[in-house]
Amino acid sequence: MPTTFPPPVRRITLDRTPTVVDPSVEPIRHTPVDRAHERGDQRERMTIDDLVVKYAGKPAVKGVTLPIRDQEVLALIGPSGCGKSTLLRTLNRLTELTPGATYEGRIALDGQDVRALPVTQLRRKVSMVFQQPNPFPMSIFDNVAYAVKEQSKRAPKKSALMPKVESALRRAGLWDEVASDLDRPALRLSGGQQQRLCIARALAVEPEVMLMDEPCSALDPKSTMVIEELIRELRKSLSVVIVTHNLAQARRVGDHVAFMYLGDLVEYAPAEQLFTDPRAERTREYVSGSFG
Amino acid sequence: MSSLPVLSPHRPEAPGRLARAREELGGWRLVDLLAYGAAWAAGLMLTFIALALLAFLAIKGVSFLSLDLITSRPEPGIDQSKTGGILDPIIGTFVMITIGIAVATPLGVGSALWVVEYGKPTWLARAVESAIEVVAGMPSIVIAIFGLALVQEHLFAWFSFTGEGGAVYGRSFVNAGVAMSLIALPLVFGATREALLTVPSHMREASYALGKTQAETIRRVLLPSVRSNIGTGMALGMGRIAGDTAIVVILLGASLRLQPLESADPVTNFFRGTGSTLTSFVYNNSPAGEGNAPDKAYAAGFFLLLIVILLNFAVSAVLKRGEDGPAK
Repeated sequence: MPTTFPPPVRRITLDRTPTVVDPSVEPIRHTPVDRAHERGDQRERMTIDDLVVKYAGKPAVKGVTLPIRDQEVLALIGPSGCGKSTLLRTLNRLTELTPGATYEGRIALDGQDVRALPVTQLRRKVSMVFQQPNPFPMSIFDNVAYAVKEQSKRAPKKSALMPKVESALRRAGLWDEVASDLDRPALRLSGGQQQRLCIARALAVEPEVMLMDEPCSALDPKSTMVIEELIRELRKSLSVVIVTHNLAQARRVGDHVAFMYLGDLVEYAPAEQLFTDPRAERTREYVSGSFG
Repeated sequence: MSSLPVLSPHRPEAPGRLARAREELGGWRLVDLLAYGAAWAAGLMLTFIALALLAFLAIKGVSFLSLDLITSRPEPGIDQSKTGGILDPIIGTFVMITIGIAVATPLGVGSALWVVEYGKPTWLARAVESAIEVVAGMPSIVIAIFGLALVQEHLFAWFSFTGEGGAVYGRSFVNAGVAMSLIALPLVFGATREALLTVPSHMREASYALGKTQAETIRRVLLPSVRSNIGTGMALGMGRIAGDTAIVVILLGASLRLQPLESADPVTNFFRGTGSTLTSFVYNNSPAGEGNAPDKAYAAGFFLLLIVILLNFAVSAVLKRGEDGPAK
């Protein structure tokens, strides 16, 4: 596997910490949840069509075609450097910030090419949560309010922002814990709370799709459980694309799972099927822990 | 060269501090031991020098420092019991600090933001960094004589006194203050730049991912993040300005008293006039200068030291509060 990928860049890096993967661990929850794809009523929110992403000419994602369906969770799995984070970051055009990164192919949001949308507007419709909880160095309220305020408009009063801030914090399941002290610096919260604050912030822009780049890998198991619960809840109102190294997590929260390897999409299938009856040999090896 | 003998493995239970140290150092080469000892001695010596300086200035300074001294204006004279106080140099020092840092902060923060956040084309960003390094390494007397040559041009006549024959005097608070800003600028720039480089990229991306522009990200996310570092750079810069003498002598005129300009504009007259600071006062009243009032020189020197120390405390106190409280 190429170890120089992604290539070192000056300012924009992926900031990934190593993730321990133990695919032999059985998923904790065996009771099948209401999986959206089984209802068969969801339409495609985003479509990825023959997407190629290159860093300084070297392909990181090689011609991936994937649907992102409404009201379901798409989990991207694969070994480090397989291009899953790159794919995710291309969906809201964050890869454009990486010097030397280019992409071909078509990504559409509600049928419209994402390149045709103003990037600030796209990123409000396709918002993102990162691996490291990264609240801004301001109060809890200001963190969410920052997202609500729209570009180029005069800052509205605090009371005018409050309903939206409260609703975002409620959706992220954080309201009851922080309501009494919204002026507290966000960095004083625990890691799990910080990550839920980041989710609240991402929800405050009222997105249609939420991208999550290993949102639990820096968190303890209990906080992870809370966030997984939250993801299942969020799925009812928007699409979620989650990159994870944790196969059990992909199985627990994913409706569909896409397995990527060295930039290629190897297999895309409903979660249970991909883990219990994978079609590709590579997938079978990966989910059974032979490599990764 | 053989290593020192290692202590026997039959060590006593709970060895004392000395024994532990001997055991740790036992395996060292003699050269390393000597260097270790020298490093220790150097550290101790520096601490001793710093304490001795403080004690000397405190003992000498406190005995001559009085409320009367710092609230009365200096008078010309030979007998140091009749030459008044140090009020004018104190005011001069604060005015220098204020003008210098007011000019240096926006320039330093702005250029650091540009270099780190935009920095295109790369060669230009590197050139800016090198230029600021050159300024940082420039002795202040060089800045001063260059500044004087510049502000004596007629183009800059407004900023200082113009003689009867049309010669521009060039010495004033404005001119000295701008020159002072060059001393503080590299410190503000460096502190801001280092801090921006340590802000993780996912912090910027988190803002972009909310559909924010780079300008808004800088204003609302990055600047609050590096605020305390900007404050530190400012404090260092203010200390350097308070301590500089060359620019005061050459560009401020180091006149005993504040000498506002006599023109029709009462607001700017003060800033276009000359004055002195505590540093030039110390120089002029030391045995090296013409004033020859060593008691007052010690008192002024001690007062200057107090200002610089208090400045550092004040800034760190403000920053501490800023970090704890909600960001505005």
